[in-house]
Amino acid sequence: MPESRFASFGRFRRSHEFWLLIVILVLCASLGAANGQFLTMQNLFDLLTSYAFVGILALGLLVVLIAGGIDISFTATASVAQYVTLTVANAYGANWICVFAIAIGIGGALGALNAIFIQKLRIPSIIVSVATLNIFYGLLIFFTGGKYIYSLPDWFATGIFWFEFDWGKDTSYGVNLQILALGFSFLFTWLLLNRSNIGRQIYAMGGNTDAAQRLGFHVFGLNMLVYCYMGVMAGIASLVQAQLAQSVAPTVLVGKELDVVAAVVLGGASLMGGVGTVFGTFLGLALLAILQNGIILLGVSSYWSPFFVGLVILISVSATAWSQRERRTRSARP
Amino acid sequence: MRNASTLALRGRLIRLAGSGTIATLMLLLVALWLVFAITIGDRFFSVNTLQSMAFQMPELGILSLAMMLALLSGGLNLSIIATANLSGLTIAFLLTHYIPGTQGIAWAGVQVLAIAAGFAVAALVGLVNGFVIAYLGVSPILATLGTMTLCKGLAIGLTRGNVISGFPEPIVFIGNGTVLGVPFALIVLALCALPVALMLNATPFGARVYMIGSNEKATRYSGVDTRAVLLKLYVLSSLLAGVAAVVMLARFNSANAAYGESYLLVTILAAVLGGVDPFGGFGKVGGLLLALIILQVISSAFNLLNLSQFLTLAIWGGILIAVAAVPHLGGKAPR
Amino acid sequence: MTTFLEMSGISKRFGGVHALRDVDLTLEVGEVHCLVGENGSGKSTLIKIISGVEAPEAGGRIVISGKEYPKLSPVYSTHCGIQVIYQDLSLFSNLTVVENIAMAHHLGGVHTVNWSSMRAVAVATMAKVGIEVDPETKVSELSIAGRQLVAICRALAADAKLIIMDEPTASLTRHEVNTLIKLVSDLKRSGICVVFVSHRLDEVLEIAERVTVLRDGAKVGTFAAATMDGSKLSHLMTGKAFEYQKQVPDPAVGAVVLEVQGLGRDGDYDDVNLQLRAGEVVGLTGLLGSGRTELALSLFGMNPPDRGTMALDGNRIALNTNADAIRRGIAYVSEDRLTLGLILDQSITSNITLTVLERLAGAFGLIGARARQSHVARWVAELGIRISDPNNPVKTLSGGNQQRVVLAKWMATNPRVLILDSPTVGVDIGAKDGIYEIIRRLAREGVAVLMISDEIPEVLYHSHRVLVMREGRLTTDVMAADTSEDALRQAVNA
Repeated sequence: MPESRFASFGRFRRSHEFWLLIVILVLCASLGAANGQFLTMQNLFDLLTSYAFVGILALGLLVVLIAGGIDISFTATASVAQYVTLTVANAYGANWICVFAIAIGIGGALGALNAIFIQKLRIPSIIVSVATLNIFYGLLIFFTGGKYIYSLPDWFATGIFWFEFDWGKDTSYGVNLQILALGFSFLFTWLLLNRSNIGRQIYAMGGNTDAAQRLGFHVFGLNMLVYCYMGVMAGIASLVQAQLAQSVAPTVLVGKELDVVAAVVLGGASLMGGVGTVFGTFLGLALLAILQNGIILLGVSSYWSPFFVGLVILISVSATAWSQRERRTRSARP
Repeated sequence: MRNASTLALRGRLIRLAGSGTIATLMLLLVALWLVFAITIGDRFFSVNTLQSMAFQMPELGILSLAMMLALLSGGLNLSIIATANLSGLTIAFLLTHYIPGTQGIAWAGVQVLAIAAGFAVAALVGLVNGFVIAYLGVSPILATLGTMTLCKGLAIGLTRGNVISGFPEPIVFIGNGTVLGVPFALIVLALCALPVALMLNATPFGARVYMIGSNEKATRYSGVDTRAVLLKLYVLSSLLAGVAAVVMLARFNSANAAYGESYLLVTILAAVLGGVDPFGGFGKVGGLLLALIILQVISSAFNLLNLSQFLTLAIWGGILIAVAAVPHLGGKAPR
Repeated sequence: MTTFLEMSGISKRFGGVHALRDVDLTLEVGEVHCLVGENGSGKSTLIKIISGVEAPEAGGRIVISGKEYPKLSPVYSTHCGIQVIYQDLSLFSNLTVVENIAMAHHLGGVHTVNWSSMRAVAVATMAKVGIEVDPETKVSELSIAGRQLVAICRALAADAKLIIMDEPTASLTRHEVNTLIKLVSDLKRSGICVVFVSHRLDEVLEIAERVTVLRDGAKVGTFAAATMDGSKLSHLMTGKAFEYQKQVPDPAVGAVVLEVQGLGRDGDYDDVNLQLRAGEVVGLTGLLGSGRTELALSLFGMNPPDRGTMALDGNRIALNTNADAIRRGIAYVSEDRLTLGLILDQSITSNITLTVLERLAGAFGLIGARARQSHVARWVAELGIRISDPNNPVKTLSGGNQQRVVLAKWMATNPRVLILDSPTVGVDIGAKDGIYEIIRRLAREGVAVLMISDEIPEVLYHSHRVLVMREGRLTTDVMAADTSEDALRQAVNA
């Protein structure tokens, strides 16, 4: 007997995503009322484009968190992938498939390194990623001198623009590289986590590693997959960012980890593992974007943006932890 | 009778060698000294080198103490640098905006008040950390990530990334002066390290911190108010960051929202190298200090060899991995 | 009856220790077989070998359904239909019941998830086993009994022919145990062999057809359950004739120290009236779920009651934290020694001194090494704890010595009331006497002792007075001399 719609809606109503959705809708409504610019196609389109970088990384981090680990070295991975890929593209010529292949390869390799250190050497994942962040970044700047690359291949600079359509007077909208990559990443991650058995194994492992081992799950393999996935996302995101910024700046990406962590954590993923959804991450990303955009549109200096992000992170994780506490003490009494 | 006491003495000496850690570190230090003496030669042993090492170490040392406290309890404090910067900016602001004249009681008084204000800010951050971690049950990584962003955000929002500089002489002395040839900052480090060591080894509070780090629930069942202990611990950790702030702003004669960010890795490295178990429950101040000396020696040697600071960062990362991996490669029993 | 599994000549060495020595075991299709033995007898090693997690030494032979397997792996053994349900159940509490039951669908290469077929499998096994839970519930929201049924469903869904259950009744109420026993008979009727590992000899005899006893890694024998009784079994398990001797301390009993009236806490217990007198040992027994541990925790300040009063020496008290309780002289030795009673990785010294830190502090609030050492030395001597170095982690000690460390920790607080929850669990039968001696000594010194235990003989023969709790209420309060094992068993299980 298939589950009743009522039961599944009830379950949704109690979930983290539901409350997030409410907050977002309220925020959108108020911002839309306060500032006419907010709810315009142009603005929303621009937001999607500029947050693609963070969004793609957030999906990678989501998978890592679900598996029970953590990684904050992805900005360094992205910097390395970006630099190497575009240097090669400039030197030898390439095309879209080529650059993505190289970036994905580099990202995956650096991610694999993280996995090896965590699993084989049994070091806590936070410590490994603090270390690899510095190793990757340090070596990158050492070998490149931190030089920016401004000249990119023409085809890369032009980017893509699919499904063009007109809306309003002058501007035309369409799917650009950023939105395409973001959409594709969301779709792929969703398929991985909800439709593939590997994704479900990742959830299981994050929930109870010992049980996973006993059942014969390949724990090392899964971890390897998960950190490589993060690296791959970092590679993709790095190209998306380079195309948007029309330059490769090796020193600029590191420091953006917090936005990514914010998006995932706001979306309900837990550091303990086994918890988190793609929809939640999408909502978390949306909340982050709306917040930061709202700050600018309301005329507050963007210098204050990190402060508000930090505040929202703290409030969000506190509220989640508090409600978990409540649920735990409630279930202790039958 | 005598046999028993000699045995006890021997036992005590062996334990002092830190079940391997402190002895290993001492050996490592001596080995490094020799290597650098051979490769770098005279320059390494100059008084200049030693003095500059002695000046750079204190702020890192105090920050490492702050990180160590959090690690011992089974947590992590990622907000120490941001706290230090925010605290430093508070002090800097008061010093540059409210200082009357260039001498006199009011002049001295404002300096003391400014430092006190800096400590108050640090303590407040510590309270937030402690409350969120101990009473709300948020993971320390997330909580301190949040406060780190908050502090940095506040600092940037208020200063727009600008530097505040130009402090009165007594303040500058803290970071740059010497007392009988010993840098005052080093004395400050000692004044922090000794009480912390004493607290960890010889007070009920310290004993509880270690137990909580190993098994918080069992410690609670033994009648310990673990939440209060953790709150106090995070306040202490942030207060130490506040002390580090004073030393930093004194040494640079300026304060900024983004100073010392590369220190975060090094404080974790110093703790882990010094024998602090990243999972909590074990670690001694003596080991931490020795680890700091080792790192400082390496850092100075790198400086003298004109190694790029970025390469240095990468090497620190590599050493952290190596050091954290050692217990599982046949040394201590794995946890 | 056909044989499902036949093992012969099974040995296993870990370093220099012989965990198993030349063990044989035969399991018939559809039989209910129990495996008993003390800690360290080799039970868990044997199970690991059957499930393929460990391999036996050369010379061992394993034959499953007529086929010989020189090497078994977890994958092979699952393939043969062998399923183990560990004590922690190994469920994924963040996932739904459906996903847990049909977890095997996720194994094997990379493929898409077939949610509908998984759901079908789950619903079918749930019907067979008789659980009525919404399959989309997250396992984290189920009770322990519910989770156990889900674990059994998972084994069934994986086409089990042999299900090994490790200490399955440890956290079940009587009602739930009955459900489990009935389920085991159903499984048996479907031709599934069930192996029960349990230390509860009563239950073992109730449910098993045959019992295999292991001792020190060797098989003592396989016996028909009908020919066995509790004392014969424990004789075989220990090699000694262990008889619970009536060893009650002198009946010189003092004034009422702790009095409880009308104590109740929603969902745990209600209407409890209780008096603990100085020098008296009160035994409390009852099944899990009867509310005994919850009551103990309330007396210790960790589970504040909703109604009723507590009085110490006649004065009303309200305990908000366990620190309050300790201050007033109430101490509690948890039944879960390894995760709640001791901090295993820390030293013996740290563990023993944890409760009296302020008292050891001297000038300036500092604790000197000598103060610590002499405190530890005193208690090591007083309780006869066998240690080589007080700085060794406490996990290096045997179960009996570990329990003495816990007792030392609490006795150092000079308690007037000491609550012991299952004090001899995980302590070898040979070492139990030592613990009983300490309890007698406590009574002699005028401490009011409340001893909670599963084992009726333990409670009957070592207490002055016996209480029985059933479903949250105190149903019996009788002098030990005026009752018997059978009467108590009746009261507990009725």
